Amino acid sequence: MPAKGATTIRPEAAVHTPPGFEAPAAVRLSGVSRAYPTRRGSVAALDGLSLHARPREVVAVVGPSGCGKSTLLELICGLQLPDAGTVESPPAVYMPQRDLLLPWSTALDNAALPLLVARVRRSEARRRARPLFAELGLGGFESAMPHELSGGMRQRVAFLRTLLAGRPVLALDEPFAALDALTRAQAQAWLAGALAREPRTVVLVTHDVEEAVVLGDRVVVLSPRPGRALAELDVALPRPRRRTDPDVVALRERALEALEAAR
Amino acid sequence: MIRPLLLALALLGGWELYARAGGVDEFILPAPTEIARALHADRALLWDNFAVTAVEVVLGIAIAVAAGVAFALALHASRSLRRTAYPLLVASQTVPIVIVAPLLVAWLGFDLAPKLAIIGLICFFPVTVTALRGLEAVDPDLRKLMRTLEASRWQTLRRVELPAALPFLLAGARIAVAVAVIGAVLAEQAGSSEGLGHLILQAIPQFETARAYAAVVVLSAFAVALFGALTLAERRLLPWAHQRQGDSQ
Repeated sequence: MPAKGATTIRPEAAVHTPPGFEAPAAVRLSGVSRAYPTRRGSVAALDGLSLHARPREVVAVVGPSGCGKSTLLELICGLQLPDAGTVESPPAVYMPQRDLLLPWSTALDNAALPLLVARVRRSEARRRARPLFAELGLGGFESAMPHELSGGMRQRVAFLRTLLAGRPVLALDEPFAALDALTRAQAQAWLAGALAREPRTVVLVTHDVEEAVVLGDRVVVLSPRPGRALAELDVALPRPRRRTDPDVVALRERALEALEAAR
Repeated sequence: MIRPLLLALALLGGWELYARAGGVDEFILPAPTEIARALHADRALLWDNFAVTAVEVVLGIAIAVAAGVAFALALHASRSLRRTAYPLLVASQTVPIVIVAPLLVAWLGFDLAPKLAIIGLICFFPVTVTALRGLEAVDPDLRKLMRTLEASRWQTLRRVELPAALPFLLAGARIAVAVAVIGAVLAEQAGSSEGLGHLILQAIPQFETARAYAAVVVLSAFAVALFGALTLAERRLLPWAHQRQGDSQ
């Protein structure tokens, strides 16, 4: 990781535990600012953002487009450093919006990519990835090529790849934005299921308020650029949640109001 | 399939009529039937010289691919090398090969070496440019993912960039095929005692124009066959390069 610095504090214990067995840990951003130089001067993406995620907590971050949500995830993953403020996070793995499966590898090898990169032998990597396929309803598709899978299945393989990185923190960048409404609802259900079985600390960026309420333990509403935390909503609702539950609908309305107020 | 064939027949027919009507001297433009006759009558001569040229072309392309990939990797790895050497590479392509061909012959002799050097020089450019483009066509989000997986530069190259560059490289090799044949003819004409280029050079002052044209027909057929073989190889070896990505793109 080239982008490590004084501002990114990583507990040594988390770094040295073997992949797949790291305990979930906390993420904390304090007063983080980040600006990008452009031809018309510098543009602030984040301005004094503070945000935290407790171990095993799913924090859903919603905000208008261009509010610096992606910058936030890249800071957590150590892909960027803040101009001001501090970012504390154990090693995090990034899941991009598009599945970005390698078209020349089978679904199984795509899921096992993090293990292969960690120099686990191919046979061992496949042995560890295989059981997860059935859990996400992908049984029988281990040797399928990415183009043979539907969009929803590809996203599930991408999520398995994210899980198999064995990092305590998952940074999910609008993971279901590219899916149609029906597939997205199914994808949210399997994500909730997978996190129930294997809890991780998750920072989920989305522009879909409903998704934030269905998946998050807490919803953080960001302002338009430069992004600051405007509101925080606790989602103390039992799981599995449905989009039509009155409590979910009520929270969604509150989050939407907070978003509207920001404009 | 039928229409291009009809068009070719119509063109050949027009050519035949024009040549027979005595539009130009037969030593300047032989009729297609004369060329066909030469193809048959000189088949042993054509075959022997074709074997020489074919070896030059195939080896020349192989050298260009190896050198082009190596150079593309170097340019990909070093931004400063790229700034320094890339403009020179482009400039070098504007030097007509006929000017350097005699120099290469003077340096390397009349054997295979100068031919390979000339073909290699001509093919190097399309291979390097396409391979470099392929190495850099990797999605930036995929690079980010590889970085969060703490992949080394070599792992990113091996697992992501090289496979992604392969279809580009094969496209470059297909362009190289067409120019390699021209390169072989130029190289042989700059100094050689065999090969189809040499045969063409000899046939014209001997008023065997039909034989020269027959040699051109053989060269064209060879280029088309090589091009087709590369296309077939790509479909076989890189099937994923032809399948549309799923609906999430």
